[in-house]
Amino acid sequence: MTARFFVPRDSGSLAVGADEVAVALASAARKRNTPVEIVRTGSRGLYWLEPMIEVATPKGRIAYGPVDPRDVDALFDAGILGGGPHALRLGPPEEIPFLKRQTRLTFARCGVVDPLSISDYRAHGGWRGLERAIRLEPAMIVEEVIQSGLRGRGGAGFPTGIKWRTVRDAESVQKYVVCNADEGDSGTFADRMIMEGDPFVLIEGMAIAGIATGAAKGFIYIRSEYPHAVATMAAAIEAARREGWLGKPAAGSFNDFDIELRVGAGAYVCGEETSMLESMEGKRGVVRAKPPLPAHHGFFGKPTVVNNVLSLASVPIILSEGAQFYRDFGMGRSRGTMPIQLAGNVKRGGLFETAFGVTLGELVDDIGGGTASGRPVRAVQVGGPLGAYFPRTLFDTPFDYEAFAARDGLIGHGGIVVFDDTVDMARQARFAMEFCAVESCGKCTPCRIGSTRGVEIIDRIRHDVEREANLALVEDLCSTMKFGSLCALGGFTPYPVMSAIRHFPEDFGASPRLAAAE
Amino acid sequence: MKSWNKGRAEEIIQAHRNTQGAALPILHGLQTEFGFVSEEAIPMIADALNLTRAEIHGIVTFYHDFRREPAGRHVLKLCRAEACQSMGGDALAARVRERLRLGWSETTDDRSVTLEPVYCLGLCACAPAAMLDGRPVGRLDRESLDALLDGVQP
Repeated sequence: MTARFFVPRDSGSLAVGADEVAVALASAARKRNTPVEIVRTGSRGLYWLEPMIEVATPKGRIAYGPVDPRDVDALFDAGILGGGPHALRLGPPEEIPFLKRQTRLTFARCGVVDPLSISDYRAHGGWRGLERAIRLEPAMIVEEVIQSGLRGRGGAGFPTGIKWRTVRDAESVQKYVVCNADEGDSGTFADRMIMEGDPFVLIEGMAIAGIATGAAKGFIYIRSEYPHAVATMAAAIEAARREGWLGKPAAGSFNDFDIELRVGAGAYVCGEETSMLESMEGKRGVVRAKPPLPAHHGFFGKPTVVNNVLSLASVPIILSEGAQFYRDFGMGRSRGTMPIQLAGNVKRGGLFETAFGVTLGELVDDIGGGTASGRPVRAVQVGGPLGAYFPRTLFDTPFDYEAFAARDGLIGHGGIVVFDDTVDMARQARFAMEFCAVESCGKCTPCRIGSTRGVEIIDRIRHDVEREANLALVEDLCSTMKFGSLCALGGFTPYPVMSAIRHFPEDFGASPRLAAAE
Repeated sequence: MKSWNKGRAEEIIQAHRNTQGAALPILHGLQTEFGFVSEEAIPMIADALNLTRAEIHGIVTFYHDFRREPAGRHVLKLCRAEACQSMGGDALAARVRERLRLGWSETTDDRSVTLEPVYCLGLCACAPAAMLDGRPVGRLDRESLDALLDGVQP
């Protein structure tokens, strides 16, 4: 009987030693003359337990973690092959509370399957959405996505089905589907996990988009900071072509569909859709004015769907299970599930996919377990570097697009970065301006120059130079950036800056007047 | 990393020039081969894509990834973004700069290490994180960082 181990090849797992653990497992098995098969999977997303390995037993998979290579011999001696007891034994992974509480629709296969095995993908429900889509009228596919309530998971939250309909209705021989995989927000890694752990779901989603809109060509623009995702997607595309899921025609349909990878080059602004299109066209990633929308005038002027990885990865299950199934999760106008990413100074960091509606406090304190340092949580940045910093007093905010907006925040791509009480919010505000200055495409004066001036003004505040006047000035500057910037880089930098000043005035040495206004 | 070679560069440019929006694939090809984009490559790319040298210069300098000079034998990209900051990334960065006596995007005199800033590696639940020669490293602390540097410094 060959023992079967599952060891992640996800880059987060690699970063904490998964490869070394795989080597140790193979070595320990060899020493004991035990034949083993080691399957490299994506990560289940319970990063505080990585490297988290699983062993197949007659009763199902049993997880152990976090495993150090030096633990491996003892694990074998303790009977890991039979799922035996050991301090690192976690039990069946689906029973681990962090995972058990989730609703894994988009991430159903991540950490379970071999990401590059087409047969594994099919055995776990893969290709069913595409097979149904092929039998539908394209207009019906679009309608299904509209009815599901799926909103763009990149951050803007625009109804995905409406975007597809716009491209479908546009008259052009050539149309494109572009996947925005430039996941640059600190605190986010969901796109990376999918590309490294379940790449076929993205391919399937894009192929469905192709049929629905009439596009024969897709692109995936992946940031260069994700080399493992690039390599895994490239291999998955090759495999999909070999098996006929991509090509001329694709998947037994009447449509051609193929996918080409493009790699970014270190520019955060290229996560903005028009900047990304410029970059793909071989230019500087300068933001375009809208209108025209990419849906009408996108890649080289052709109608183009631009969707985030998670939006596209959610399409197959919408098609295979139906719009109502997806729509039934969630609240208000936020339907379906959101893969939330818990990051930073958090005890239990990882991927938490759940229906919209769970509160920020539940996520940070209950699910995340508070800080990793053990010190009190002081601030939480939600939605990436352009998201607001929320204090504990706002922890009752439900995770929902409109609820966060109502409190001058945003959920963005779903990243939550936790800070303990050693955080200096003035430094964080300064960083927000600094980051904007580093990453500005340069087109709009308020962003290009305002960000540098913003750094200087905050430094003056921190050094108690004309503090009141400079606090008023930075607020005025933020207003100019908000209303005078073409895109969210300059336009939303005021969110982290003003939320830091408003909710944590003591870090800015604010006068009692400002503090009392809280 | 190969040394800059005009003939090889021309091969790389020709291999990608017919891609739609060829500039980034060409530049990535050159950087993968040589570790940087040579000034000599600018007119060659301009020629192949029928653009001006100024336009090519503008594209190369827009993107943080493209180096204008060769890097050291090892490249350490340290994450400077918020999740890594929350776990003490700034202090680690200060430690690296102090030990190597480097500013950001600089190379040690003995050419052993180049230190570059990176804004998020997607390892935010394993912070603080870095990438050494393309290999991801997480949960860094002062000790493991020193061990990492010991491995690349003579």
